[in-house]
Amino acid sequence: MVALATAFKPAATGASLEVKDVSHAFDIDGNVLPVLDNVSISVAPGEFVALLGPSGCGKSTLLRLVAGLEPPRAGALEEDGVAITGPYPSRVVVFQDPTLFPWRTVWDNVALGLEAQGVLKTQRHRVDAAIDLVGLGAFKKAYPHQLSGGMAQRVALARALVNDPRILVLDEPLGKLDSLTRITMQAELVSLWQRNGFTALLVTHDVEEALFLANRVIVFSDRPARVTADITVDRPYPRHRGDPHLAELRRQILGLLGLDATW
Amino acid sequence: MPTYSASEIASLGGDRETALIAGDGGLHFVNKLRFSITGIGAGLAWLAFGLSCMRWPDIGDWPRTEAVAYTAFAIAGGIAIATTAQAALGKFGDGVQRRAPWLFALGAFLTLWELATAKFGWLPLPFFPPPQSIVEVYTDDLPKLLDSAFASVKLQLGGYFIGAAVGFLTGVSIGWSRLAGYWVHPILRFIGPLPATAWLPIAFFTFPSAWSASTFLIALATGFPVTVLTWSGVASVSTAYYDVARTLGAKPSFLVTKVAIPAALPHVFVGLFMGLGASFAVLVVAEMIGVKAGLGFYLQWAQGWASYNNMYAALIVMSLLCSGAITLLFKVRDRLLVWQKGVVKW
Repeated sequence: MVALATAFKPAATGASLEVKDVSHAFDIDGNVLPVLDNVSISVAPGEFVALLGPSGCGKSTLLRLVAGLEPPRAGALEEDGVAITGPYPSRVVVFQDPTLFPWRTVWDNVALGLEAQGVLKTQRHRVDAAIDLVGLGAFKKAYPHQLSGGMAQRVALARALVNDPRILVLDEPLGKLDSLTRITMQAELVSLWQRNGFTALLVTHDVEEALFLANRVIVFSDRPARVTADITVDRPYPRHRGDPHLAELRRQILGLLGLDATW
Repeated sequence: MPTYSASEIASLGGDRETALIAGDGGLHFVNKLRFSITGIGAGLAWLAFGLSCMRWPDIGDWPRTEAVAYTAFAIAGGIAIATTAQAALGKFGDGVQRRAPWLFALGAFLTLWELATAKFGWLPLPFFPPPQSIVEVYTDDLPKLLDSAFASVKLQLGGYFIGAAVGFLTGVSIGWSRLAGYWVHPILRFIGPLPATAWLPIAFFTFPSAWSASTFLIALATGFPVTVLTWSGVASVSTAYYDVARTLGAKPSFLVTKVAIPAALPHVFVGLFMGLGASFAVLVVAEMIGVKAGLGFYLQWAQGWASYNNMYAALIVMSLLCSGAITLLFKVRDRLLVWQKGVVKW
């Protein structure tokens, strides 16, 4: 793994991200459904920020705005001080579903970004390095239907990392995996983040996952989402799930979500 | 293979494993015997066909009766040898063995057919010609039949490829572009469901030649299902795929060629398959009515002479060609869609 890490040298480091007074809403059958209410978040370069909130509160919508897939109704988003107006491969999303292209092999799926940007011919080694990085070197020629859920999500991760993203946007990427695979991949995410230095923005509804991975945990209210707390997790990596400090933070966050009675 | 008598097995006493192997070996031998029974049965059926040709005199004038009989004897011998020496013949032997029940059914059917037509006239002539008269067409009228088959293939290929290409491009454009959809969709709804054969009388007058008119109609019959299914395929592509490609830096041209089209390909092949069936029908009707070549024309011409054996011979050729075309299409599909699970094998 050490040798692989040196072969996979990121060209860029993390970018800063500014979310300024962003509000957003959807039109559903003529009714306006507000999903984000005046959200402001500032993320420093290389920071790992987790967005935590009740299911359906609008966290994923915020990620779509960060990715540039949709423009916000009000407010502005900036990457390194430059306004976000559309998708750009410096901000890559890993979705809850791996959404691999079933007609492409693992290798061709990972190569997607470089191919779309027209640089694949000279950068083929980066594809191999990214696949090796997520430990799927033996599956380069496999098709997505031959992979397990965890393997497919690893391929999706490699497909994102091959672009050397400056901001990696993670939309509950481990949400559908079994708990053992999830624990393994949480540790892998931390080491990938430490190695590559990108800024990470993770949406999750798993409090432990947020505390295990992130420098900061931002807690959202019910829809329309507002920021209710911004908690700094000041613990060194690698973290331990039994850490009493993390347990205390978890109790605090569950309290914010109105679930402290259960713990 | 060693064989054991009952006493020998008994003398092995409590050694169950050895007894099991012996029992298994015995079963294997019985299996082999049964397989060769189907082989011998198939051989006998073809032998019966040959004998039925020789045993009674023909009630009509068919010069190929004797040749057919000898061919049947040769096939009977071939089947018997191939199935008995199956192990030595490898793949070919296995193939014959697997098809032995069908070969038996075919031999029995030919025997019955021979008796019912050439020998006892249970079925009325000339509507039901005997096997040897159909064989006679292949030996005596081969050049004309081949010319016709070649003309049909040429006409079909031209029309089909034009129709498939135009249909595919139209389907992609209306699936992708709102403007193209707005203008093309009503036309498609108005003209598409019309059977292409309904255009025949007009097409033969407005086009410079019968050949170009038929090419147009075959293309039309192919184009409609290809357009509709390509369109529905493109329209049903999950937006998640586009989101992924867009965040990775894909431009619209990339989204069409590398996301929409590959994702729609399974639908496109259903359209190509349906278009193939529709275009066969148009081809034959066009050849019967206007084009002075091809298997449809051959059928029509044979009917004029009341030579039903020629018609059956042409039908068999036609069936082989159509089936071959579908096989080819499915082969192409299997190659392009290897990433799909559980596709129907033709």
